[in-house]
Amino acid sequence: MTITFTLNDRSVTVDVEPSTLVSELLRDTLELTGTHVGCDTSQCGACVIHLNGESVKSCTLLAGSVDGQELRTVEGLAGGTDDLHPMQVAFRDNHGLQCGFCTPGMLMSSIDLVNRNPDPTEEEVREWLEGNICRCTGYQNIVKSVIAGAQALRDASRGDDHA
Amino acid sequence: MPEVVGVGASPKRKEDLRFVTGHGNYVADIKRPNMSFGVFLRSPHAHALIRSIDTSEALEQPGVKAVFTGEDMKADNVGGLPVGWGISGKDGNPMKEPPHPPIALGKVRYVGDAVAFVVAETVEQAEAAAELIEVDYETLPHVVGAVEALQPGAPQIYDEVPGNLCCDWDLGDCAAVDAAFETATHVTSIDLVNQRLVGNPMEPRAAIGEYDAANGQHTLWTTSQFPHVVRLLMGEMVLGIPQHKLRVVAPDVGGGFGVKQFHYAEEAVVTWAATKLGGAVKWVCQRSEGFISDAHGRDHVTQAELALDTDGKFLAMRVRTYANMGGYLSTFGPNIPTNLYAPLLSGVYVIPSIYCEVKVVFTNTVPVDAYRGAGRPEATFVVERLVDTAALEMGIDKFEIRKRNMIPTESYPYQTPVLVEYDSGDPLGCLERSMELADVAGFAERRSASEANGKYRGLGVSTYVEACGLAPSRLAGQLGARGGLYESANVRVHPSGAVTVLIGTHNHGQGHETTFAQIVSERLGVPFENIDIVFGDTDKVQFGMGTYGSRSLVVGGSALNKASDKIILKGRKIAAHQFEAALEDVIFEKGEFSVSGTDKKKSFPEIAGAAYVPFDFPLETLEPGLEEQAFYDPVNFTYPGGAHICEVEIDPDTGVVRLDRYTAVDDVGTIINPMIVEGQLQGGIVQGVGQALFEHGVYDEQSGQLLSGSFMDYCMPRADNFPDFTIKPHSTTCTHTPMGVKGCGECGTIGSPAAVINAVVDALRPLGVSHVDMPASPNRIWNIINNSGARAAAE
Amino acid sequence: MKAFSLQKPASVADAVAALGSAEDVLPLAGGMTLIPTLKQRLSECAALVDLSDVPELRGISLEGDVLVIGAMTRHTEVANSDVVRKAIPSLAALASRIGDQQVRNRGTIGGSVANNDPAADYPAAVLVLNAEIVTNVRTIPADAFFIGMFETALEPGEIILRFRFPVPDMAGYAKFASPASRYALAGVFVARTGDSVRAVVTGAASSVFRATDVENALARDFQPGALDRISIDPSEFLSDIHADKDYRGHLAIVMAKRAVQTALALAE
Ligand SMILES: Cc1cc2nc3c(=O)[nH]c(=O)nc-3n(C[C@H](O)[C@H](O)[C@H](O)COP(=O)(O)OP(=O)(O)OC[C@H]3O[C@@H](n4cnc5c(N)ncnc54)[C@H](O)[C@@H]3O)c2cc1C
Ligand code: FES
Ligand code: FES
Repeated sequence: MTITFTLNDRSVTVDVEPSTLVSELLRDTLELTGTHVGCDTSQCGACVIHLNGESVKSCTLLAGSVDGQELRTVEGLAGGTDDLHPMQVAFRDNHGLQCGFCTPGMLMSSIDLVNRNPDPTEEEVREWLEGNICRCTGYQNIVKSVIAGAQALRDASRGDDHA
Repeated sequence: MPEVVGVGASPKRKEDLRFVTGHGNYVADIKRPNMSFGVFLRSPHAHALIRSIDTSEALEQPGVKAVFTGEDMKADNVGGLPVGWGISGKDGNPMKEPPHPPIALGKVRYVGDAVAFVVAETVEQAEAAAELIEVDYETLPHVVGAVEALQPGAPQIYDEVPGNLCCDWDLGDCAAVDAAFETATHVTSIDLVNQRLVGNPMEPRAAIGEYDAANGQHTLWTTSQFPHVVRLLMGEMVLGIPQHKLRVVAPDVGGGFGVKQFHYAEEAVVTWAATKLGGAVKWVCQRSEGFISDAHGRDHVTQAELALDTDGKFLAMRVRTYANMGGYLSTFGPNIPTNLYAPLLSGVYVIPSIYCEVKVVFTNTVPVDAYRGAGRPEATFVVERLVDTAALEMGIDKFEIRKRNMIPTESYPYQTPVLVEYDSGDPLGCLERSMELADVAGFAERRSASEANGKYRGLGVSTYVEACGLAPSRLAGQLGARGGLYESANVRVHPSGAVTVLIGTHNHGQGHETTFAQIVSERLGVPFENIDIVFGDTDKVQFGMGTYGSRSLVVGGSALNKASDKIILKGRKIAAHQFEAALEDVIFEKGEFSVSGTDKKKSFPEIAGAAYVPFDFPLETLEPGLEEQAFYDPVNFTYPGGAHICEVEIDPDTGVVRLDRYTAVDDVGTIINPMIVEGQLQGGIVQGVGQALFEHGVYDEQSGQLLSGSFMDYCMPRADNFPDFTIKPHSTTCTHTPMGVKGCGECGTIGSPAAVINAVVDALRPLGVSHVDMPASPNRIWNIINNSGARAAAE
Repeated sequence: MKAFSLQKPASVADAVAALGSAEDVLPLAGGMTLIPTLKQRLSECAALVDLSDVPELRGISLEGDVLVIGAMTRHTEVANSDVVRKAIPSLAALASRIGDQQVRNRGTIGGSVANNDPAADYPAAVLVLNAEIVTNVRTIPADAFFIGMFETALEPGEIILRFRFPVPDMAGYAKFASPASRYALAGVFVARTGDSVRAVVTGAASSVFRATDVENALARDFQPGALDRISIDPSEFLSDIHADKDYRGHLAIVMAKRAVQTALALAE
């Protein structure tokens, strides 16, 4: 089947098998390998992307279901390597990653959180990340990163208000 | 302005930019021309004879290129997977080392043992075809526990290994220990289980084999912590590919924790299949497949005794452990519960004599090998549970008994009765600092507050010492290692003064690209951003033993330091020539060469440039170029240590143990990058707490199936399981590594399980509880509480 | 995954037509259960009918004292709906604790109830309130809907359109989540409407069930303490590596008490 959708602000039209998962479409067909696959039971969150602005597990989503929708992956967060999303900056600044495998999913989940709740508490961050497993960091610096990222986004939007 | 970023700084990590933007390059991300996909058919039985395998229908399926079995590999003279470290038993005889074919031959020995490999144009085609392979199994009785496997009449896993006993190993002076126990006023005995764990790095394993027939060149991309070792083991011993014709690449790897530190069957199978079929063959492990094919960790059953005198001073320790090896020996399997375990049983204490025997046993389970900490968490758990229990039994405060028996700081270097000599340490300093930070004094009040809420609160402490920086080759060789354990580094200074380092360790989260660059920046005065660290490719890096056992900084960093020394010496020679001065008069400081007592100076880039423009070099004594290589072989292990204190609160209604506070004070030697060290400790602690509270690889005795075979049933620690930790360094300097470093990768995992379980036992002490097995799951805790209630009611 | 075809009808009529009555043509809702089972080749199907474009299956509204929720309503929508929070706050709270946020962003109430996983949360709510399950062919009272493990009264080709929840006077849900999967090891929903009290246990047995002893005790006195001497016979309960039968039996009572506490607190 042919599907057309918006991916990282660009329109994409591709032919897919109905049984293709979005994670496979992104990684194998479109060669966007920033979205990772860490499990086969929909539990690890390495594959999280945004569907119409909400965080979803791309390993549990059929390509056919995203026809006409808007997707964003980790590759679509930054304007360029010197124009990172504040959450990317926060993860870097706070050592919120070690091996980097969980990181794309962590970023996408965290951004969904701060979009809904711009000033989350530590407890809210820890609960929100229930579906993102990290084996390296012990989560301590991830939580710190998300809180710092939220702060940076608040500061940025305050700046915008003034401008 | 590019800057020098040296030792003790915490710059942003060099590697992070590619990871936060989704541009990491993991094996599963790699596409090769003419690439096909392989899947393994794995045994559903724990123990069975393979009567026949019918692949005919599978072979007829669309897209299928080949179906390989163990017989096909055998017919092609493929060898078995080698063991990298052999051990010998009490009787001096070597361990039993049965063959380990990459694909099962005649018999399967665990659920997950590979039976066939299907290669097709797509993964879906290969999966569909695999379902059509008909294997005629004759199931045999199986055994999954090490103790059970030694019982008379237990199922025989190998004809050539009677009683399933791979090795009956021991260490220490048995007679001295027996004599000391005779004189003891108190003997504490405990039975422990150190449960089976599944390492689960978040990136599942993957491998791509490729064969370029025109050049006779083989390449393997693999999720490995040690590509050169894979090249050596697989090339020489399994496939017979000469080293210079085999390239092994381990690009970005998504966590290892030991799980990726073995040479796995799948690596050999894809490399061999690519040779047969041409082009590339890719295999990506599914998580549920990883659960039954990644080597597991731990799985000990232990009886331990501590003899004490009237003052609560330790006299001797006796330990007997049954170590489960699984169905085959994994690369380092037999070394972990022996050489990396028993030598740590002295902990940070003066224990005049220690005897440890270990029965290393085959069972019908996934092979067991190193998992973060590897042997040392097991030893620490034994020591610290013994000490805590002895304190309880003798009515001595848990801190007091530890202090009374600690190795005094002035006694370092300290020779233990179990082989190792600790060069440095300050266990008392660590303990006291941790008590302060954890506010031990305020615990009684917090406990009352919990009680008022109907909760139990407990405080637990664990000290630890570990041996890392694997390893002095001479000592390792005496202990059965079949290769050296040095590391190598090559420092290539470009004519601009920028530096590329080629190093044999492997970075899979530890931040080497940053830490190693800091070392070079400090030593050579080269701006941090002008330094790149290259690793993970046998065609680029000279040689190396990889990353495990907290060895990268200790051994690799020391090699790098040594290579930097050579660069400085060479630079001074060039400078001496240019300045027309004597070598002894040329000094190198803060990135500048100068002649003492003069104002002659040249910057590092100037000398680097000169090195490549040798118009007037005296070529007999001064070679052009500025590139040096060093191999570093440590003289001893390093011995990081520390003290961890935690508090838990238990809800008696549900049995849930909540970790409320965690404090760690660790002695990791010189700290190059504080941010990275703290990150390593945080992650390590969570893995150790994971073992104490959540994780368990459970086999069903009846069926031999792994019951905890996915994240639905294997409980991974999550963000909401933890509070914020307090982590502080308390370092002494290692006396034998050039920079004084000790390593920090495994500390967290080693110190934490006993701290947590001691806290749980402390919380339940009012109920008369003296031991709780790991994991302290809600059901287990509730059963304990419920039974003690029933006991109390009956009394 | 094994190959299948996929359709995306835009109306209930088209969806029903696409489904036909074949057993291997399945409706696809949030996919949070269906896709993992297909992926792991635990089940297979010839065709999927994606219901996400059918407008009649969405929406939350209050019709008198009946809360109506469309089958394709996502967990997160129920959790955050002001209408639900006002009418049956415990239902919003239940939805907010299903799985993780990404599961809640996709998973639907219809899919959850149709699936009838023994450890799922929604079936407890549906049964405790004796909600009506409105399908394309009939209306099924909850009392007649849940048959057994992963088994419901739905016939092949029959799809749930919406749920009609009578609004209770007070209700509360307490869940003890499996530490690994975060599904319920034992979850209890209690609801009181007038003199009638219902209590439903999920996670403990092969399917949700009403705990009559708990109901009777709470009908006499709707307080946690009323359950002090009550127990639930666990002999038919599930037993696995996370919880044995006795523990599940015990948890059911603890959760029942907490559910009563929550109900009382929410009613204040
Ligand atoms: C990681 C994870 C954690 C989870 N944790 C929990 C938890 O804590 N508690 C909990 O309750 N659930 C949990 N779930 C399950 C989740 O709530 C699912 O969303 C739910 O079980 C199925 O809903 P779905 O919309 O995804 O349905 P689908 O997966 O699309 O469908 C499920 C089944 O229902 C059928 N179906 C779907 N819609 C209809 C309809 N309208 N009419 C008839 N049949 C239909 C489908 O054909 C299929 O057989 C979890 C899932 C995951 C992946
Ligand atoms: S890959 Fe694990 S949740 Fe998607
Ligand atoms: S950084 Fe490695 S899994 Fe999170």
